[in-house]
Amino acid sequence: MNLRRILKNGFLILIASFVLTACTTSKNVKNQTQGDVYTGKDTVEYLASGVPDRVFFATNETVLTTASRETLRKQASWLRKNSKINIVLEGHADERGTREYNLAIGERRANSAKDYLMTYGISSDRISVLSYGKERPVDSGSSPLAWSKNRRSVSVKAN
Amino acid sequence: MLFRYLFILLILLPLKAFALIEVDITRGNLNPLPVAVSPLSIDEKSKSNFKKTLSKEDLGSEISAIVENNLRQSGLFNPLNKNAFLQTPDIANLKPRFEDWNLIKAQALITGKVIFIDEKLRVEFRLWDVLAGKEMMALAFTTVPSNWRRVGHIITDKVYERLTGESGYFDTRIIYVSEKGPKTNRIKKLAIMDQDGFNNKYLTLGNELVLTPRFSPANQMVTYLSYFRNLPRVYLLDIETGKQEVVGDFPGMTFAPRFSPDGKKIIMSFAKDGNSDIYTMDLENRIVERITNHPSIDTSPSYSPDGKYITFNSDRSGYQQIYVMNSSGKNVKRISFGNGIYGTPVWSPRGDLIAFTKLHKSKFYIGVMRTDGTGERLLTENFYQEAPSWSPNGRVLIFYRESKTNSEGEGFTAKLWSIDLTGYNEKMVDTETDASDPSWSSLLTN
Repeated sequence: MNLRRILKNGFLILIASFVLTACTTSKNVKNQTQGDVYTGKDTVEYLASGVPDRVFFATNETVLTTASRETLRKQASWLRKNSKINIVLEGHADERGTREYNLAIGERRANSAKDYLMTYGISSDRISVLSYGKERPVDSGSSPLAWSKNRRSVSVKAN
Repeated sequence: MLFRYLFILLILLPLKAFALIEVDITRGNLNPLPVAVSPLSIDEKSKSNFKKTLSKEDLGSEISAIVENNLRQSGLFNPLNKNAFLQTPDIANLKPRFEDWNLIKAQALITGKVIFIDEKLRVEFRLWDVLAGKEMMALAFTTVPSNWRRVGHIITDKVYERLTGESGYFDTRIIYVSEKGPKTNRIKKLAIMDQDGFNNKYLTLGNELVLTPRFSPANQMVTYLSYFRNLPRVYLLDIETGKQEVVGDFPGMTFAPRFSPDGKKIIMSFAKDGNSDIYTMDLENRIVERITNHPSIDTSPSYSPDGKYITFNSDRSGYQQIYVMNSSGKNVKRISFGNGIYGTPVWSPRGDLIAFTKLHKSKFYIGVMRTDGTGERLLTENFYQEAPSWSPNGRVLIFYRESKTNSEGEGFTAKLWSIDLTGYNEKMVDTETDASDPSWSSLLTN
């Protein structure tokens, strides 16, 4: 009897812990976007310690968020310190738009980032822009979270 | 090379305007016309010659199978089962016993023969109205044997033309982007195939990303976007010689190319400093002209068949919408006002309609509207589809469709689909690999 009760309680505890895990996971998903701009770290790489390589955009948007500006300021200060390094800004879109318009919007996103870097003293000679439209997603999912990771401009070392 | 051998068209008998069978293609056809395609008859000597040159056991049956398949795929015809045919092909071609064909409920009958003559392939065929007991058409032509599949397509075009009163679209090809590999790093190649999926060929190796190939409506030139050396630029490709060149000398990305109706200009977008505008380049004198000058994104331009107007995609209202302007860039008018956003406008070769992609409430639609924006009609709805391209007679649209991936991000596919302007006869177009960005050629023989 006792054993059975213990086992039963054990099961309950096990189930409870599963539910908790599920909760935290879905909470994490929610915490990874603000509006529909990705704020997580999942796909982010670093140009140097503390200097994230990418910024994210809302659906159909090309304006920089507050967080994106902060990231770009870090990139600008790193670029000022490493004056021999040039970068390519690769602009991307999610899969929920027509191919040609996405090429244009990727170009516009990369240029938003470029303009901001320039206002922080980085010469336009050091920055080139390359739009991939929706051709190179980082997340192959068909979910709002995957799309938010794909709407991005990534600063890539050119040399 | 293929196109250097021109077909010699020989009209055996003048076409008479009988009040015979007619197929109405303006409405969705739920009762396709029953048609009997009798195998083309072939004499023993021709048979053995074609076996030698083409390794085809019975070229007559092979060609009639092409015709049969084309007619079935059009959705307007119902080719009847050959097992029910009572007359042998050679006798039927001389003089059909209409009672026999009537018995199996055929309304139209196609007969003919193939002959090997002077190293050439000669075809004669006839179209008969079974109910009226009359010949509707008789044609013959000669070509090089290697063109045998095209013979089947040309016969279909002639039959389609005679029965519907409109030009056909069977002796045509489709250029598209062949896709392979994971969604995050697709390998894309230019590929071309006959309209029925045969004779598939790859035109690039897949070393660089290629997108949006488009046929010239005037000849066998193609324009497309290539990321060669990581510089996305519009290219011009001659598919007969394989020669290609960059279009213009732009200091940035050029994309969304199409030809003018006469094939002499390319219209495209050029993106600079975050702004895309529409430009043309004359292929003869290389003169570049700027057509739009607006801080919004202007892309996906497409000429009207008379060359006087351009439809394009712009987000100047805040979201992607469809606009029409004079070919000079003046008199810009928005024409899409429905719910949702609109992209990829393409002017019909008939001039009366613009096909488009629409996104509304997380669904993608292929639709058509009149050139003033009225009469919007959505033909098909799906998770993702876009980029319609018209058949040269303006009756069928081909486009591509992508599937939703599962929760692991797996199961992605991209396929070509076609649908009639009526909204009927929606079907997948088979390709060796995944495929996108289809563009339909004009008729190879006019």
